[in-house]
Amino acid sequence: MRVKNTGAEILLQCLQREGVEVIFGYPGGAVIPIYDALYDYPGIRNILVRHEQGAVHAADGYARSTGKIGVCLATSGPGATNLVTGIANAYMDSVPLVAITGQVATFLLGRDSFQESDITGITLPITKHNYLVRDVKELPRVIKEAFHIASTGRPGPVLIDLAKDVTTTKAKPEFPETIDLPGYKPNYVGNARQVKEAAEALAAAERPLLYVGGGAVISGAQAELLKLAELTETPVTTTLMGMTAFPSAHPLALGMIGMHGTAAANFAATEADLLIAVGARFDDRVTGRLDAFAPRAKVVHIDIDPAEIGKNIPVDIPIVGDCRMVLEMLTARLTARRHGPWLERIRGWQEQYPLRYEPTGLKPQQVIETISQLTGGEAIICTEVGQHQMWTAQFYRFTRPRSFVTSGGLGTMGFGFPAALGAQIGNPDRLVIDIAGDGSFQMNIQELGTAVASQIPVKVVILNNFYLGMVRQWQEFFQNRRYSATVLESNPDFVKIAEAYGAKGFLIDAPGQLRATLEEAFRTAGPVVVDCRVDREENVLPMVPSNGALNHMIGVTE
Amino acid sequence: MRHIISTLVVHRSGVLVRVAGLFSRRGYNIESIAVGRSEEPDLARITIVVEADDEQVLEQIEKQLYKLIDVVKVNDLPARESVERELALIKVNAGSQTRSEIMQIVDIFRAKIVDVSSRAVIVEITGGAEKIEAIIALLKPYGIREIVRTGQIAIQRTPKKTDK
Repeated sequence: MRVKNTGAEILLQCLQREGVEVIFGYPGGAVIPIYDALYDYPGIRNILVRHEQGAVHAADGYARSTGKIGVCLATSGPGATNLVTGIANAYMDSVPLVAITGQVATFLLGRDSFQESDITGITLPITKHNYLVRDVKELPRVIKEAFHIASTGRPGPVLIDLAKDVTTTKAKPEFPETIDLPGYKPNYVGNARQVKEAAEALAAAERPLLYVGGGAVISGAQAELLKLAELTETPVTTTLMGMTAFPSAHPLALGMIGMHGTAAANFAATEADLLIAVGARFDDRVTGRLDAFAPRAKVVHIDIDPAEIGKNIPVDIPIVGDCRMVLEMLTARLTARRHGPWLERIRGWQEQYPLRYEPTGLKPQQVIETISQLTGGEAIICTEVGQHQMWTAQFYRFTRPRSFVTSGGLGTMGFGFPAALGAQIGNPDRLVIDIAGDGSFQMNIQELGTAVASQIPVKVVILNNFYLGMVRQWQEFFQNRRYSATVLESNPDFVKIAEAYGAKGFLIDAPGQLRATLEEAFRTAGPVVVDCRVDREENVLPMVPSNGALNHMIGVTE
Repeated sequence: MRHIISTLVVHRSGVLVRVAGLFSRRGYNIESIAVGRSEEPDLARITIVVEADDEQVLEQIEKQLYKLIDVVKVNDLPARESVERELALIKVNAGSQTRSEIMQIVDIFRAKIVDVSSRAVIVEITGGAEKIEAIIALLKPYGIREIVRTGQIAIQRTPKKTDK
C-alpha cells in the first residue's frame, strides 16, 4: 500500500517531476504548509524575495534566459495580487511561467475571508490558462497540465491557485502519464504549400526584408535564421524582443525596427517588396501608422499562434508553425540569391544615418558601448523600461541568444533588476548586468536585499539622469518642455543604498572614470550597483512619433 | 452582419466567463449568448450571436476563441443552412376583455399560454429572433410586464443531398 502525502508534498513531488530546481517565492498564511514541506525537499531551492513582484519577475528572467519554465510562489490575497503585473508582463512577452498562489481554505471561499482574492478571476485575461484547485486528487493532473500548457505552443504564464486545505489534506498521489486536453493542439509544422509559396515569393523578391521577433528567440531559430539570411542575402531587422535572434554585428543586421529603430531598418521596411515576419506580432511600437507600414511589401507571416496572423495587418502568405521548423523548411526550398543593389541602398542609409551621439560629458550611449566592449557582447543584459532600455537595444552588440532580458510588450518599470536575479540563478557562470534607469530601479530597489542575502552577483548599472527620462523626452518633444512630474531631484545616494544593503557601490560622473570603474565593478564579487551620472537631457533618437509613418523620424532628415 | 458562432467547450466551471470575458476585453459585441450541455457528457455548447461586419474581425474572434484551452471546436454557422431558435416567456396584461384577443395572437404564432391569472397571462414562444420580435410588437399594446429570453441557439442542417 502506497503512503499518503499531504497536498503540499504532492505539489513538491510534481514540481520535482517537472524538473523544477528553483522557485522564487514569499511565504504567507495560505502557503505555510507548502513552505513547511519545502524544508524536506532540499532539491527545490526557494529564493526568498522581498516583494512578490520581485518573485514573478525573477521567475520570468530565469525563464527568458534559460528557456526553462520559471516558477514563483505567493500567498493568497495581497501576495497573489502582487504577482499580477509580473504575470501580465510574462503574458505579453510569451514567457513560460507557472505561478502558484495559496488560497483560503475551500470552506472559506467566496466569503470575503481574510486574505481572500479571486486571483483566477483577476488573472483570466493575463494568463494562458489558470486553475483553482479545490480537491487534492486533482493536483497531479493540474500541475502536469499547467507545465505542459506554459511551455508548449506559444508559451505563456499559467496560474495555479491552491486552497489551503488542499495542501494539508492527505492523499495517495496518482501521477498521470498522459495529458488529455482535447482543445489544445499546437501546430508546429508549417503547411508545405504555404512554405512553397513563401519560397517562391522570396526567390522572386528584389528587396526582401526579414522582420524578426521574440518567437524566433523562443523557438531557438538562430542558426536557421542565419542560414536563410546568408543564403538569400536578405537583410534582417529585429524587434526589441527579437534582438538576440541574429548577431548584432553581422553585415546583414540592420538593428531594431520601429519607434526607436535604426533609420536603415525603418527605411528598408518602407521600401521592401517582401517582408517576412518571423515570430513577430506587428506591435504598434514597431509598425507606427499601420497603413504606412511596409506599404510596398508582400507579407509572409510565420507564427505559432494563428491568432497573431492577420490581427494587425493583412497577410499574403500565412504560415502557422514553429519559427525554427518553418525556417528550416523554407531554406530547404531555396537557392542562393544576391541582392546587391538593395544592400547597397541599405548601406547608403546606414552610412548616412548611423546611430550616433555627441561625445560631450558622460553620455548614456557611451556607457552602454563601453559595457558592450568590456563584455564582448557575451553578458546577459537585463533592462528596466525607458530610455536606457532603448539605448541598450541600440548600442549593445549582442552575440548570444537569450541574452537580452527586457520587458517588451507590457513595458514594466522595475522588471529588470529582479529579472536579472532570476537570470543569474539560471546562469550562475555568466556575467549578468541590469542596465537600469534611476526611476525604474527604485520600483524594485528592495530586491537588493534578495541579491545580498542569496549571494546573487548581479551588476546594476544605473543611467542616472534624475528624470523619468522617456516621459521627459516626450514632454520635451510633444508637451513644450513642461516637465510635469518627471523630475527626480530627490534620488537617493545609490552607492550608500547599495552599501546599506551590504552590496558594493560605485559612482561614475565623468567619462574618464567609465572604463576603469566598470571593469572594477564587473570584477567585484557579489552584487554591485554602479551609479552613472549621465547627461540629463540626452534623447533617444531616431524616434517615430506615436502612430507616425516609419520613414518619418525625429533625428533623421532625408 | 450577424453571425452565430457555435462553440464546443469542455464542460467545466468558469468556461463561460472565459469566453464572455474574451469578447468584452477584445471589444466584440455579444448580442446573445446561450450555454447548455451537448451530446457529449464532458462537453458543453455555447452559442454566441455577434455583430461583425468585417471578415477579419470574425476571423479574429474564431482564432481568439481557439486560443482558450477549454475550447474544442468553433463553428461560424451559415445562416441559411441552420435552424435557429430562441425561447421567450412574456408576461402580458390580460383582463377578461382582452384575453381572447391575446389568445388569437398566441394561436397565430403557434405560441402557448402557460399561466393565466385574472390580470395577466404568460406566453411561451419559441422561434427565430424575428418571430419573437413580431409577437412582442403585437402584445405590446396590451402592456407587457416582463420578458425573459434565452438567447439564440442554432444547429446546422444536415445536407439535403446524399453525399457521394
